[in-house]
Amino acid sequence: MDAQSSTTIRVKHKRKVKSKWNMRRNWPLHFFLLPAVILAFVFSYAPLPGIIMAFMDFKPYLGFSESPWVGLEQFKRMIEFEDAKQVIWNTLIISAMKIILNLIVPIVFAILLNEVRKLLFKRTIQTLVYLPYFLSWVILGGIMLDMLSVDGGIVNNFLTSVFGIDPIFFLGDGDWFRFTAVGTDVWKEFGYSAIVFLAALAGINPDLYEAATIDGANRFQQVIHITLPSLLPITIVVATLALGNVLNAGFDQIFNLYNPLVYDKGDIIDTFVYREGLLGGQFSFATAVGLFKSFIGMILIITGYKLAHKYAGYRIF
Amino acid sequence: MHYKSTSYTVFTICNYIFLGFLGIICILPLIHILAVSFSGSAPANANLVTFFPIEFTLDAWEKTLGNERFLRSLWNGIFRTALGTFISLSCMILAAYSLSKEDHEFKGRKVYVYFFIFIMLFNGGLIPTYILIQNLNLINTIWALVLPSAINVFNMILLLNFFRTGVPKTLEEAAFIDGAGHFRILFSIYLPISLPAIATIGLFTMVGQWNSWFDGLIYLSDANKYPLSTFLQTVIVQQDLSQMNVDASEMKNLSERTSKSAQIFIGALPILLVYPFLQKYFVKGIVLGSVKE
Repeated sequence: MDAQSSTTIRVKHKRKVKSKWNMRRNWPLHFFLLPAVILAFVFSYAPLPGIIMAFMDFKPYLGFSESPWVGLEQFKRMIEFEDAKQVIWNTLIISAMKIILNLIVPIVFAILLNEVRKLLFKRTIQTLVYLPYFLSWVILGGIMLDMLSVDGGIVNNFLTSVFGIDPIFFLGDGDWFRFTAVGTDVWKEFGYSAIVFLAALAGINPDLYEAATIDGANRFQQVIHITLPSLLPITIVVATLALGNVLNAGFDQIFNLYNPLVYDKGDIIDTFVYREGLLGGQFSFATAVGLFKSFIGMILIITGYKLAHKYAGYRIF
Repeated sequence: MHYKSTSYTVFTICNYIFLGFLGIICILPLIHILAVSFSGSAPANANLVTFFPIEFTLDAWEKTLGNERFLRSLWNGIFRTALGTFISLSCMILAAYSLSKEDHEFKGRKVYVYFFIFIMLFNGGLIPTYILIQNLNLINTIWALVLPSAINVFNMILLLNFFRTGVPKTLEEAAFIDGAGHFRILFSIYLPISLPAIATIGLFTMVGQWNSWFDGLIYLSDANKYPLSTFLQTVIVQQDLSQMNVDASEMKNLSERTSKSAQIFIGALPILLVYPFLQKYFVKGIVLGSVKE
């Protein structure tokens, strides 16, 4: 009886606290959200109606009310226009390579770093490899243009003097450009991307390794049978979330590295939209291409989250 | 046992060498650019400089720091970063506090959550956003740089998760029963307890604002208002000096290889300066924000 009454009291007390929360009204909570909501509304929601220009032949001097409607004409142009097809293809190739390598390299790096027992060494390496992530592509682009230059860049100098090969047009040849874009992106991101994998590695139960050692498994076998399976859930999360970026090949990077010589193989959707749209004045066409990209991207992100939730119990918010 | 086997020892040695190599190639480009900036222009132009300055001179740094245009954009960049970080951080702290409440404590939370998730998924795109900024008469003002970038939903989620895991619920309830309102609870309990988290997100925001260059390129028509990142983008990367309206000798000063290197390094400097503080917290933040459900 005693126990029962004390439970009732506790429940009553809880209810009292709860009602107090709501009684005092939550107006400050709404008030706190106001600035963020206004900013998000003005700069993220207000531009949305402007998307209708994708179905128009928008001319700035005519405005939204006078510009003629053209239906799906702009999208049709996108599909028929050779350049646009090539651009979508470039985007897919570059981003697919980035997604795959930005998954494999950090995992391998994390596993190798996890084998290091000297803490000072480990921390020093971590400090060094996280750094490039925080530098912008303007800075890195400036450095790469200098270092990868055919005309005496340090990389070509090194390759010529050590291997005796001709200078490579890293940024001037289409195929090399794709390779350079993917390589420099992996260089910039791999350390930072490894953080979640390192955290997952630290969370593996040491008993598993101990048991495996007693059973006679060597370190390599332990990695195959314990480490890799333990990394699977977080790998699924990272891979599915990366899916949303299939049409994002990295505007900041490409824009700061490319030049007209490599437009055929290095131009991606975002750089194309910028040049055709803002610089070339084809507002409607660029918006249509952008809308196509956003739409596919949104579907992929939602699918990615759904998959991550289903297979790895991932939840945001 | 296997730690003592020969093959594992060989692996360990190779592993240390390989990881050391990886660490070094992440920092070498910066060292190279620094070495070039301190070298004489003759060896720099003859591609003789690798990782140590040759014919050490402060010439390029003097030219760069004595250049009025460079200094102006440096100041613009600092001002933009300070203002942008202040606006962004204040808005995000307030919003994250509200969103960190449970659904039953804060009726209507779900609506706000979906409101913010939507902008992570979908946006108007480059041109509709540009037209909006134009219609708001923000072109060529600093507001076009700091306001659209203020709300970063991802950082807001990180902050929210920090609030949820870092602040003991019992402490908050006790304060509430003692008669404290949301204002008191946020400013006297949440802020002091979450200071490391707020510092982390603050540094992230700072880095983002400092690195941001594209908004300056499209929203500012007056090159004198360019923040440093945008300035570097036009001068160093695009090598487009047409908008700068500079005379020939000044142009030569800016575009010399050693001066370019000095400018690039100064552009990276603020990041390098905050990096030790940043690193102290971001690892924890990333893990909390992404792995925690």
